[in-house]
Amino acid sequence: MKVEQISIFLENKSGRLAEVTDLLAKSAINIRALSLADTADFGILRLILNDSEKAKKVLKENGFTVGKTEVIAVEVPDRPGGLAGILNALKGEGINVEYMYAFVQKSGQNAIIIFRFDELERAIAALQKAGVRILKGEEVYAL
Amino acid sequence: MIWNKTMECMGRKEMKAVQSERLKKITSYVYKYCPLYKTRFDTMGIRPSDIRAIGDIEHLPFTVKDDMRDSYPFGLFSAPMSKIKEIHVSSGTTGNPTVVGYTKQDIKLWAEVMARAISCAGAEPDDKIQIGYGYGLFTGGLGFHYGALEMGLTIIPASSGQTKRQLKLMNDFRPKILACTPSYALYMADEAREMGLDPRESSWEIGIFGAEPWSESMRKEIEATWNMLATDVYGLSEIIGPGVAQECQHKSGLHIWWDVFYPEVVHPETGQARDEGEVGELVITTLTKRGIPLIRYRTRDNVSITYERCSCGRTTPRISKIKGRTDDMIVVRGINVFPSQIEHVLLSIEGTQPHYQLIVDRKAGELDELEILVEVEEKIFSDEIKKMQMLEDRIKREISSILGISARVKLVEPKTLERSEGKAKRVVDKRKL
Repeated sequence: MKVEQISIFLENKSGRLAEVTDLLAKSAINIRALSLADTADFGILRLILNDSEKAKKVLKENGFTVGKTEVIAVEVPDRPGGLAGILNALKGEGINVEYMYAFVQKSGQNAIIIFRFDELERAIAALQKAGVRILKGEEVYAL
Repeated sequence: MIWNKTMECMGRKEMKAVQSERLKKITSYVYKYCPLYKTRFDTMGIRPSDIRAIGDIEHLPFTVKDDMRDSYPFGLFSAPMSKIKEIHVSSGTTGNPTVVGYTKQDIKLWAEVMARAISCAGAEPDDKIQIGYGYGLFTGGLGFHYGALEMGLTIIPASSGQTKRQLKLMNDFRPKILACTPSYALYMADEAREMGLDPRESSWEIGIFGAEPWSESMRKEIEATWNMLATDVYGLSEIIGPGVAQECQHKSGLHIWWDVFYPEVVHPETGQARDEGEVGELVITTLTKRGIPLIRYRTRDNVSITYERCSCGRTTPRISKIKGRTDDMIVVRGINVFPSQIEHVLLSIEGTQPHYQLIVDRKAGELDELEILVEVEEKIFSDEIKKMQMLEDRIKREISSILGISARVKLVEPKTLERSEGKAKRVVDKRKL
């Protein structure tokens, strides 16, 4: 049910993002999903990878501050109202979304949304109750 | 005018006798009433009766800022609380401020030395003075107030800030004397022009500037900008507040009132006396204070001293403008800031002490700006932007609350701050003072 996400602290300096992707490339780590949140001074890069452990080690060795968080990957029906339905299910149970980002599966059939919740267990229960398909971690890493 | 001709123009031999008498008395006093001094003297095998002349002062132990930190709040006082009539604070090196207490007699002393200082700058009785130093727990505003009261000046207790109002007061009330920090004096010039005032036509004729280091070039700029005489005042709360030393109109060194504040200049590492004219750390002994007298207090200010007579007629020695510090303290907008205070704040917020750096800068005609760079280590990192921003805000708030100064906080990547021997260089001072 839970997916491991790596987050990296980046100063708003040119080239920092490229350095990260270079390091991952050198270690043959594949990025599954990515999101970059920014403020005036810094950004937080969030990555779903096929091998988080290795990535964390490599990035830390190269001086990056890395965090690991558990997030949820949810399949969104590919039709208008697909996302609305999911968000309403969460709203109904009073669950707060900290942040989210989306990507498309290779097979192109469904969109996948990564959700970060403060109350992970309650969120999982609410989504299951609403019949939303939650991907297993292994599924996401192998995409 | 010379406020106290007896003391300020006393012959050297006579002064030595006065100082010797006072040193004997103060040594007995602190030995009797201050546990720290009694212990220290006993440990060194010194008895008050060993002190017979002012030259014996070099046998006495030093007092340092940490002694004040360790005895927070009132442990270093020699008078009982019932005799302490006023309390002031100044920046401490960690979470607690440095506390000083004044008896009624101490307040009189403060008024006396401040009156000497303000007169030394060129004020005459009945002059009008605008006091632009902050009134409150810091010693600037009230120190000047007591001195001005003693002199019988007309006081405008403006305190610090509210620039437009300061200028309006100057323009409408026409005070002759301005007392504030030198950077504030320059800062007001732009504002004045915006208000349609010509700084050179201001009523201010004499400035008494201090609470932060300032250069000769800054002095020339202030004098040219405002068409006034800009003099330097020196002081520190541990000794009394402002009024320890003051430049006369010849602006060639600050007269230090050595009948009450006995100066020595020592090598900061060995504690040995430096020769006249050599730069060293200024050490001051308060010969007559009652509340919190200090024996050989290490000021951490680097100066040189001269005993040559000044053409103003005063026989008091003169210290140079402060040439630097022996520690890493900086002055930002007139407030003392110790990098260790920042450490203390960071430690209290996250239970961890990330690497940090203070960047101080001052753009032309502006006030000091302090930026604190904090390296983001795993322990304080979060995947949520809002949590990182909350951390930034929290650091900003705590710094403001503890230091009394607002600073910008910038989160940076680990290992990006310049290090020497593994320790980050704590202060980058970009100002050209």
